[in-house]
Amino acid sequence: MLQILQQPWPWYIAGPLIGLTVPALLIIGNKNFGISSSLRHVCAACIPAGIDYFKYEWKKEIWNLLFVLGIIIGGFLATVYLSSGEEIIIHENLRTELKGYGITDFSNALIPSDVVSWNQLFTLKGMLMIVLGGFFVGFGTRYAGGCTSGHSIMGISALSWPSLVATICFMLGGFIAANLLLPIILSL
Amino acid sequence: MKFIKFLIAGIIFGIVMAKSEAISWYRIQEMFRFQAFHMYGIIGVAVVLGVIGVWLIKKYNIRDYHGNPIVFYPKDKSIPRYLIGGTIFGVGWALSGACPGPMVVNIGYGFFAMAIVFLFAIVGTYLYGVLKNYLPH
Repeated sequence: MLQILQQPWPWYIAGPLIGLTVPALLIIGNKNFGISSSLRHVCAACIPAGIDYFKYEWKKEIWNLLFVLGIIIGGFLATVYLSSGEEIIIHENLRTELKGYGITDFSNALIPSDVVSWNQLFTLKGMLMIVLGGFFVGFGTRYAGGCTSGHSIMGISALSWPSLVATICFMLGGFIAANLLLPIILSL
Repeated sequence: MKFIKFLIAGIIFGIVMAKSEAISWYRIQEMFRFQAFHMYGIIGVAVVLGVIGVWLIKKYNIRDYHGNPIVFYPKDKSIPRYLIGGTIFGVGWALSGACPGPMVVNIGYGFFAMAIVFLFAIVGTYLYGVLKNYLPH
C-alpha cells in the first residue's frame, strides 16, 4: 500500500481530490476555496502602511492562512513519508529542449536546480524567471482577483463567467511565456 | 482550535498536489507545450467534481457544519481586470513554473529556493495594492 502511495499519483486520483476541496471547504467552514488571497492577508498583516487595499480585518481571514500553513505541512509530509526517491519522468521533447539550453541536472525531482535556486538569483536568466515570474504571479493574481484555485477551480465550479475569462487569460499568458518568452530567456 | 479543520484540509491538499506532481516545474512546462495530458486531466476532473459539488449544495440547500446557509462570493463583472491581470498571471505562472499553491507546497517539500518566488509574489501583491486605483478594472 505504502509503495503505491509513494509512486506519482495519476490525474484521475488527484483531480477528484482537488475538486472535492471546493465542497469540503464550503461545508466545513462556509469558505470559498482560494489560495492567492493569502498573499493579500500577509501584506495586510505585516505592512498595511495605510494602503486602502490592505485596510480590512485580515484577522477574519485567518482560516486562509492556516489552510496555507496546512498546505506547507502537506508538502513536508509528502516528501518525508511518501517519496519514492525515483527520478521524475520528463517528456522527451522537453528534456531535449532543456538540454539545448544547458539544463541537464534532473536529479532534484520536481524542479530543475539549474533554474530555481539561490545561485540563479544573481543571473539575468534567474532574475527573469524566478524574480519577475514570482512578481507577475503575485501582481497578476490580485489584479485578476484570484489564481488557479480561486478562479479556475472555485470560480468555474460556481459557474461564474468572470472566472472562465480569467482562466482563459491565465492559459493564454502561459502559452505565450512558455513558447515565445522562455526560449529567449533560457538562451541568455 | 476551531481552525484545525482548515489546517487538515490544507495538509490533504498539499499532499495531493505534491504526489500528483502538480507542483513540478516540468509538469507546468509540459502543459503549456501540449506535451502531456496530466495537468489538463487534474484541472479538468477537479472542475467537474467542483461543479457537481456546488450544484448539489445549491439544489438541496445544503448548509455548512454550523447549520448556516452557504455563501458564495461572486467575482466582479469586469473584462479588463481579467484580461490584463489574468494574462500577467499566466506569464508569471509559466516563467516561474508555479502558481501560489505549488509555491507553498514546494517550500514544505524542502525546495526552499521557491521561497524567492513566493517572496516576490508578495512584492507583486503589495505593488498591486499600491497601484490599484490607477489601474483599469
